[in-house]
Amino acid sequence: MITFVPREKVSKNWILIAPILSIVFTIFFGLLIFTFLGYNPIETLYQIFVSPFSRIDRISDILVKACPLIIIGTGLMLCFKSNVWNIGAEGQFIMGALLAGFIALSFPNIESKFFLLITLVTGFIGGALWAFIPAILKIKLNVNEILVSLMLVYVAMLFIDFIVRGPLRDPMSFGFPLSKPYPEGALINKIPFPGIGFLGQLHYGILFVVLLIPIAWIFVNKTLGGFKINVLGSAPQAAKFAGFSQNSITLTVLLLSGGLAGVAGVIEVSANIGQLQPEVSFGYGFTAIIVAFLGRLNPLGILFAGIIIATVKLGADNAQMTMGIPKVVTGLFEGILLFFLLTGETLQKYKIQWSERK
Amino acid sequence: MDQEKGSEILLKATKINKSFGNFTANEDIDISIARGQIHALLGENGAGKSTLVKIFYGVLQPDSGSIEINNKKIVITSPNIARKNGIGMVFQHFSLFPALTVAENILIALDNKIKLNKIVDDITNLSKEWELFVDPFKLVSELSVGEKQRVEIIRCLMQNPNLLIMDEPTSVLTPQEIINLFKILKRLASSGCSILYISHKLEEIIELADEVTILKSGKSIATIDAKKTTTKFLAETMVGKKITELRKNIKKRSITNIAFELKNLNKQKDHEFGISLKNVNLQVNYGEILGVAGIAGNGQVELMEILSGEINCEHHNQILLDNLPIGKTNINERRKLGIETIPEERTFHATVPNLSLNENTFLTYFFKYNNTKSWISNLLNNPQNSADECEKIIKSNDVRCPEINPLASQLSGGNLQKFILGRSLANNPKVAIFSQPTWGVDIGAATTIRQKLLDLSQSGKAVILISQDLEEIFELSHKIAVINQGVLSQIFRVEDITAADVGLLMGGKSIKKKKMVSVK
Repeated sequence: MITFVPREKVSKNWILIAPILSIVFTIFFGLLIFTFLGYNPIETLYQIFVSPFSRIDRISDILVKACPLIIIGTGLMLCFKSNVWNIGAEGQFIMGALLAGFIALSFPNIESKFFLLITLVTGFIGGALWAFIPAILKIKLNVNEILVSLMLVYVAMLFIDFIVRGPLRDPMSFGFPLSKPYPEGALINKIPFPGIGFLGQLHYGILFVVLLIPIAWIFVNKTLGGFKINVLGSAPQAAKFAGFSQNSITLTVLLLSGGLAGVAGVIEVSANIGQLQPEVSFGYGFTAIIVAFLGRLNPLGILFAGIIIATVKLGADNAQMTMGIPKVVTGLFEGILLFFLLTGETLQKYKIQWSERK
Repeated sequence: MDQEKGSEILLKATKINKSFGNFTANEDIDISIARGQIHALLGENGAGKSTLVKIFYGVLQPDSGSIEINNKKIVITSPNIARKNGIGMVFQHFSLFPALTVAENILIALDNKIKLNKIVDDITNLSKEWELFVDPFKLVSELSVGEKQRVEIIRCLMQNPNLLIMDEPTSVLTPQEIINLFKILKRLASSGCSILYISHKLEEIIELADEVTILKSGKSIATIDAKKTTTKFLAETMVGKKITELRKNIKKRSITNIAFELKNLNKQKDHEFGISLKNVNLQVNYGEILGVAGIAGNGQVELMEILSGEINCEHHNQILLDNLPIGKTNINERRKLGIETIPEERTFHATVPNLSLNENTFLTYFFKYNNTKSWISNLLNNPQNSADECEKIIKSNDVRCPEINPLASQLSGGNLQKFILGRSLANNPKVAIFSQPTWGVDIGAATTIRQKLLDLSQSGKAVILISQDLEEIFELSHKIAVINQGVLSQIFRVEDITAADVGLLMGGKSIKKKKMVSVK
């Protein structure tokens, strides 16, 4: 019989080694799967892990792809650290983008970039409002936030679909479900580098990440708020004893994470799409859950995790384009990665004991 | 005849070793138990008692060493094998299904399957024979703790054991129930069944046991004739040093003011296994210790939540501090007013185990570092601010740490409790409310903690001590009340009430009218 025995102390080295080992195992099993499916395993791994770094504009595409993942992941970190399970960042992302889009389209002639501040704040409010629903249900009625936040994702998806097919459809779109293009003031531009020009799609939205990571780090490690989140996640009874209100912490982390997901939505649409369409997210809200855990619920870790996951995603696209490997196979690969990460996390805290038993 | 019995060895264990990682729980332990003998196993928490008996019952496997029963070497790989060799065990935490009846619980635990009717007959017979009265058709969830223990004993007796192991059986019983249990155990022994009795209560061992083996840090340090020893000798051997007596020094008590009062408190239980508090009234004066006795799970946790401020009262004037209403203040407002509480759960409630002592100091002190400095330092109020305070607490309370600023989980129970108490005392409280402050703490630390409570009251502070340790209650308190099923008894002066009376109250019985302390 197998039993899991808690370790007395979690080794500091293993906190670093475990994620690395997880990736090594993932690569190993990836090799096996690709081989059995009849693809050249080395070529596939090259496409997934190396080709995204092969040109400087591709590297900048990694950053563009990682940008929403890191922003959402940072918000989710606050939830997961306090044992609040917000699974619906995808929906909050969409609602943030939608509300900001509504504002942007209401001022079709605006050109000042200061208008971006307004759309970003609106996006934050949109995402936070969507997260407010699971928050208030959990606080008032003790409804499980996992179910509510997850189900609201599908509501949000159908809602934006309805909006861009109905009220906000551009009459000039020839029947396509698209809104009018955003005004100049609501667009996030690409960054011009002197002498080089643009680097792929790299845009000013990345500055938000540059600001967010240190602020998040200070909040978590150096403020009472971060301490409260940590205590609630580790020992809810002790949080009560310290006089921290569980409800207000739950509400705060859900609003913050919803808001950040909303901001990520605004940045994504304003920088890369420029108008509303039925699909504005490509699973960022779900992938960010992996990013948050891969980053060990630590802002710096999430920065790196976002980049790793973005690389794999882009690599999977490359593999699909150059080798015709279907998306489901690379999806499976991502699943293996998550599996090993969680295994690594569990084995840090517990050791396995085999006992003979009849 | 006794001599004859004593000479025949039932169980003999030699050089038992067991370690968990770096921690050695049992080291070269030798023990032999004679047929019909009551053999006590004494030691502090963590001395290795539970590990040793779990090895005997097949729950754990020794790393090395041998066990003989009736001079035959056996390997006990599972509780099944243990039972086949006539070993039965009653665990400290009962292993019964609350949703099943007594008979069903016994049925499913038996190795050979019998019809339910037959079981009911057997239970009835056994309970008559041994005066272990239980109704076989009652649901276990409806039984009292004492009754549940009887079910466990009957379950063991069904297998006709030669050796009955009992792990701290009295920790949940009232004095009357303890007397009954001892009667039964003595009868069992005289009928030839050996008993291995684990305890850290010295009086019990002297009263009950024939022989006692003392464990200390995993080693067996002495086996002595229990009839020819004293509690003092046992205590000193167990701890390995002289026990300092409490300096009680109760001067003539002067009449002091009421410090803290709880009035007409009713509170519905908030979950199925909780306890509703019914019309609870209590008051404590400055310079006094009020002891609240009671068996665990009778509403102490619920009462603590109200007293500490984790949960607010319905009305502001249900709690008075110096005659001012504070019923709706929260726990931190009460800390600022000078009320300090310590919940019974040391880890996960009084402290966060995976945080450092420094962070755990910050946990209840964070507000002290607010509102003085600039807004930026208020914004960045973090555990670094409590580092000095934490160091002071560690030094002045003799908290022994394995490293500088360790995690709370790295401290032993006694040291962690000294830290928690020190943290509360550093706030210089005028009312201190402590729940089970010495529960599971080694004797040395327990004495230190009790001394601090006495010192507190003697320096004019009011203390409420909630404890299931009757000895402790009588040793420290000036006044005593008993909690049973969420109902608090009248408050008695310690000189007006006996341990037997308290025992009756703990069991929910009433006692003859006594002079009670006037409650306005």
